[in-house]
Amino acid sequence: MSIILEAQNVVKRYAGHTALSGVSIQVPQGSIFGLLGPNGAGKTSLIRIINQITGPDEGQIILDGERLQPKHIEVIGYLPEERGLYKKMKVGEQLLYLAQLKGMPKAEAVEKLKAWFIKFDIKGWWDKNVEDLSKGMQQKTQFIATIVHEPKLVILDEPFSGFDPINANLLKDEILALKEKGTTIIFSTHRMESVEELCDNIALINKSKVVLSGEKKEVKNRFRDNTFNLEYSGALAPIEGVFEILSAKNVEGITKAKVRLLDGTNANQFLGQAIQQVDLKAFNENIPSFNEIFIKVVGEDANTIL
Amino acid sequence: MNKILLIIQREYITRVKKKSFWIASILVPFLIAAVYTIPVLLFVNSDDSRNVIVLDDSKLFKGKLNSEGDYTYIYSEKTLEEAKKDLKKSNDDIVVHIEKDILTNPKGVQILGKKTVGIGTQHAIQGKIQNELRNIKLKNAGIDLKVLEDNKINVDAQTYTLNEDGGEKSSNSGGAMILGGIFGFLLYLSAFLYGSQVMNGVIEEKSNRIIEVVVSSVKPFQLMLGKIIGVGMVGLTQFLLWGVLTFTASTVTSSIMSGKIEEKVQAKVKAGLSKDEIKKFEASVKSENPLNSISDAIENVSLGKMIFCFILYYLGGYLLYSSLFAAIGSAVESPSEAQQFMFPVTIPIILSFILAQFILQKPDSPIAFWASIIPLTSPIDMMVRLPFGVSNWEIALSLTLLILGFIGTTWLAGKVYRVGILMYGKKPSWKEITKWVFYKG
Repeated sequence: MSIILEAQNVVKRYAGHTALSGVSIQVPQGSIFGLLGPNGAGKTSLIRIINQITGPDEGQIILDGERLQPKHIEVIGYLPEERGLYKKMKVGEQLLYLAQLKGMPKAEAVEKLKAWFIKFDIKGWWDKNVEDLSKGMQQKTQFIATIVHEPKLVILDEPFSGFDPINANLLKDEILALKEKGTTIIFSTHRMESVEELCDNIALINKSKVVLSGEKKEVKNRFRDNTFNLEYSGALAPIEGVFEILSAKNVEGITKAKVRLLDGTNANQFLGQAIQQVDLKAFNENIPSFNEIFIKVVGEDANTIL
Repeated sequence: MNKILLIIQREYITRVKKKSFWIASILVPFLIAAVYTIPVLLFVNSDDSRNVIVLDDSKLFKGKLNSEGDYTYIYSEKTLEEAKKDLKKSNDDIVVHIEKDILTNPKGVQILGKKTVGIGTQHAIQGKIQNELRNIKLKNAGIDLKVLEDNKINVDAQTYTLNEDGGEKSSNSGGAMILGGIFGFLLYLSAFLYGSQVMNGVIEEKSNRIIEVVVSSVKPFQLMLGKIIGVGMVGLTQFLLWGVLTFTASTVTSSIMSGKIEEKVQAKVKAGLSKDEIKKFEASVKSENPLNSISDAIENVSLGKMIFCFILYYLGGYLLYSSLFAAIGSAVESPSEAQQFMFPVTIPIILSFILAQFILQKPDSPIAFWASIIPLTSPIDMMVRLPFGVSNWEIALSLTLLILGFIGTTWLAGKVYRVGILMYGKKPSWKEITKWVFYKG
């Protein structure tokens, strides 16, 4: 898979602190890339550098094989965390203005916008003032502004914050639809369930450094710790060198237990041993959720943020 | 470049579409027209002539209160009671009762009117009686009235400006002062008016949180420049509208006025007034209209040069100050937070306005010279000096410095702006804002 965006050793310093110290990431073409990390870790700083709002002090960004330059603004769509609209402008005018700022010719922008208005079933909004829109309506408008110029790369900073479940689902569907069309999507979040659902790759930034990155499955594999969940009736005793029982809880005759396999025992070998002792009802590997990975990696400070 | 045009367009159109823009554009010319029309119309229309019945108990004034202007004095032997009764029925308007001991008791005059006696009427009659009373007293003291008459001399000097080739042209320092004052005030107003519009526009973008979307499409400096130019063009449009509408309104009103004046002159001719008196009347009407002395002053300096300089100094002063206002707007999140930072920027504006009062008195003093050369004060103070005649090299020097000045402030403001617009949360201090100037990329 080719790499559409690469950050190489990016350093960004502000007066009092270092926002990014030697951050490198690789975003594969056509993937959904999750940029994770607690607040203040440096996610937004990196995103602003990719959007050329600020420049890196050291390092560079490579987009599509070229060093980042002003013309790339037109192939990136950006939905910032702090997002808003001109309140006194009409919805249509405003979207047209933002699309033109992204380099779209006026006629083309009108055409594309009309298609989106039909798609989102908001045809009547063109001449509405933004201040008359509800928050959900404004979010739709902002999303259209982000993608109307059909960018190759879409960057969403905390896209789900402030969305109600219906709009969040709509957004999720649109993100997946964009991916279908071959668009690459970077989104930053600290909502781990959306990472599980959407991301192909992740990078976790903590205290201005990338502390974890890779393909989602592969990262998860790295955090497998050979523990399994099982449900059974009867009594199970640990076997030295094969498995140990980490926890067990009996509910109405059924025991739910968590075990760890030892010394290279595989699941089949364990099951062979277990069925001799108990009547097995259910068995599955305990694969860590991103929530657990996040907490484990970021450490205890993250608890307060999540 | 194309994107700056888009920004200029948006800033311009959203402002020009506002109702408040049109209200200000239309109202101001009519106010200006009213300011110089109303005094003239009032003067011309103060036409109700009055018959004044004089009851002179002192017998001192017989034949001395001559009818003059709107007041016709009629002597009567009636008693006060009779006169009061008759006044209601007759065409007469006012009864003046002069008491016997008027020479020793100056308060012994009563004016009774059919309607309330206005202050103008009161002064006219009082003045008349007072004048006569003085004459009588002087005569009693043995002073010849003829000698007194000869002492009443009106000096009306003509002022001239010498040309470089030794010729002379009539100058009108009164008109120049008015014109200079108007220019100074307009520029003073525009620095505040449009500067704060720029500032509020920046604050609006920041508090709306639209700013980050926009600066991901254009450079912050482009956005700032686009906003400044857009609002500046709104200002020029407003000045243009003011100019055209004031001209139209004043043409209409002065044609109405000259019609009225003509009517009045005809009436005077009918009434059999002498030519001299009519001329005097026309002159006094003219003196009521401040526009006349201004147009004299404009003839001295040449209107083209004046408009040319006005546009350049407006643009220079506006660019200089509005970029500073934009920087302030970027550093704060609400107009109320901006107050504290505005103070140092408004000081030079207010200072130049104060200096302008001084320059109007002494347009050639060293202070006037330097105030019109130094960029922070030159936009207002050079325009104030201009109607008094300023040599071209001074204008060229002052404009050059002004251009350098606004390039400097715009550069500085751009540095603060690009950092400020993305800073939320705490209110920055001056120290922090200074640091922003030195941030990289």
